[in-house]
Amino acid sequence: MPLLEAAGVSKIFGKLTALDGAALTVGENEFHGLIGPNGSGKSTLMKCIAGAEVPTQGRVSFVNTDITAFTPTERARAGMSLKFQITSVLPSLTLYDNILLALQAQSSLLDLVFSRTRGALHDQVMTMLTQFRLADRAFEAAAALSHGQQQWLEIAMALAGKPKLLLLDEPTGGMSLEERRVTGELLQPIKKHCSLVIVEHDLDFIRDICDRLTVLDQGKVLASGTVSEIQANQSVQEIYLRRA
Amino acid sequence: MPKSMSVTREAIAGDEADEATAERVAAGQVKELVKQHVKEHVKAGRKVLPIVEGAALVAALAAPLLLQDYLTVFATRVIILALFALSFDLVWGYAGIMSFGQALFFGSAGYGVALLARDLDITNIFLVLPAGTLIGLTFALLLGGFLLLGRHPSSVIFVSLGTLTGSYAADRLARGWYYLGGQNGIPSIAPMTAGGYEFSEGPAFYYLVLGILVVVYLLCRFLVRSQFGLALAGLRENEQRIAFFGYKAQHLKAIIFAIGGAIAGLAGSLYAFHEGFVWPNMVGVVVSTQVVLYVLFGGSGTLIGAVIGTVIVEGVSFWLSDNYRDIWPIILGVLLLLVILFRPLGLISFVLGERERVGSFGAKVKEKQNAAP
Repeated sequence: MPLLEAAGVSKIFGKLTALDGAALTVGENEFHGLIGPNGSGKSTLMKCIAGAEVPTQGRVSFVNTDITAFTPTERARAGMSLKFQITSVLPSLTLYDNILLALQAQSSLLDLVFSRTRGALHDQVMTMLTQFRLADRAFEAAAALSHGQQQWLEIAMALAGKPKLLLLDEPTGGMSLEERRVTGELLQPIKKHCSLVIVEHDLDFIRDICDRLTVLDQGKVLASGTVSEIQANQSVQEIYLRRA
Repeated sequence: MPKSMSVTREAIAGDEADEATAERVAAGQVKELVKQHVKEHVKAGRKVLPIVEGAALVAALAAPLLLQDYLTVFATRVIILALFALSFDLVWGYAGIMSFGQALFFGSAGYGVALLARDLDITNIFLVLPAGTLIGLTFALLLGGFLLLGRHPSSVIFVSLGTLTGSYAADRLARGWYYLGGQNGIPSIAPMTAGGYEFSEGPAFYYLVLGILVVVYLLCRFLVRSQFGLALAGLRENEQRIAFFGYKAQHLKAIIFAIGGAIAGLAGSLYAFHEGFVWPNMVGVVVSTQVVLYVLFGGSGTLIGAVIGTVIVEGVSFWLSDNYRDIWPIILGVLLLLVILFRPLGLISFVLGERERVGSFGAKVKEKQNAAP
């Protein structure tokens, strides 16, 4: 059974059909890229999966459970995590507290009130920060980070709850070439325990880290397959050439 | 003079953190020196907040010894209102829930204990204060449950209008209900008692409410500096984000709203016994707005800011109304506007840096961690 299966997903905003029966299947420990021209519905499909939008039609199932009507909180508790397209780290909190906030999300109320899980989570916070090369700035406010570092912090926060599936919406937006390369490196190790759906404009980046790709065009799936299959696909080349 | 001035300016230009400082240089080097001093203090890792809190406590303890009797009565009222301000600060300053109807919990508890005293002769402090707290808690649970516990997050506008409406409706209800005394409210409430002792206005009542304020303050500080406080900070800054982490954001909101209601209820019952009467304004929009002003003026999101804001707004009103009988509300209004325009984080932000205001959470554990080899 695949980890995530979205089938026949449509989303209509007034007169605009953003998604028209799109489908997406992601297996365990698979990095799956979602590509397509601007306005093809990539971000909308991502939002329907994450629960930020409710699909007009269609079904999303995750770990064999129909989650179409789940709230974001319920999806998060089922093991799904989202990194927003717009960075939404909490700027006035320290890096440490940003990660702790993500890690303690499932602690009980009493544990939170009496600060009982902080000691146990401390090592995990520092491990996450070290993994994302931010440990030396742990006690600075997140607002002081560069744009690229904020993106890493955000990915670290999204991974903090040990999700089974991580949804990344344009993680390298606004990053320098070097930062993109490092982002790719930072993402590789999570493959052991987590699948990834990634929306990204940088095709080189996506080719380097993804196992499979799904190409959307005008709200429909144009093609889906391994990276080499997609690269060889005639119609995919056409839409990219047509709009380049 | 121009030389030293330009040196200072360059030093500031290098300091990206504080653009506003540049303007203040023109206003006088003295302020600049104070600012520098505070900055160095903060850099050295010393905390400003405990100093402010300590100074406030010393001043509050000494007040009845220095003030004339009628001013001690006034100070008691201010301390009760500061307790009320804490309740709003928890809800708005820490959790980002705009409650424009906080007086509903304050006033309904006031009415509740007034009825206990009038109809059942219950004035024992160990019964009336828990009862008032419980009334505030219950009303806040009911209203909060309705406004905050939907399946999807409710908007700030919905919550602020909902609380405002609740407070307004309670005011109208109290005015029209004969049992509650209508427009006149409930006069001549019997004094609060403890065994044979009667609490009448004066130093004893003052120290009682000061003691309660200190205890509630410490409990609030424990709460907002805990990991729960971190969750509240997340809620305030980005509710949607923390829902995606798996927090039950609405539950957190309802809980802190209920705690705020309980504290407002405690304050309301003390107020009723101190003043000796309750009247419809106490549940209404005027008092609800007043508490918003206290907290914005002093500095929302800091507990001491709420207390200082109450003391200053009430103190200045008292002084102005004595000395500028006709135009004092205008002067006060302008002062409040100036603070809100130029110091959106309140008066406390003159001495308190952003980092310390936000602070850290569950810190005791961290100290242990650092101490361990």
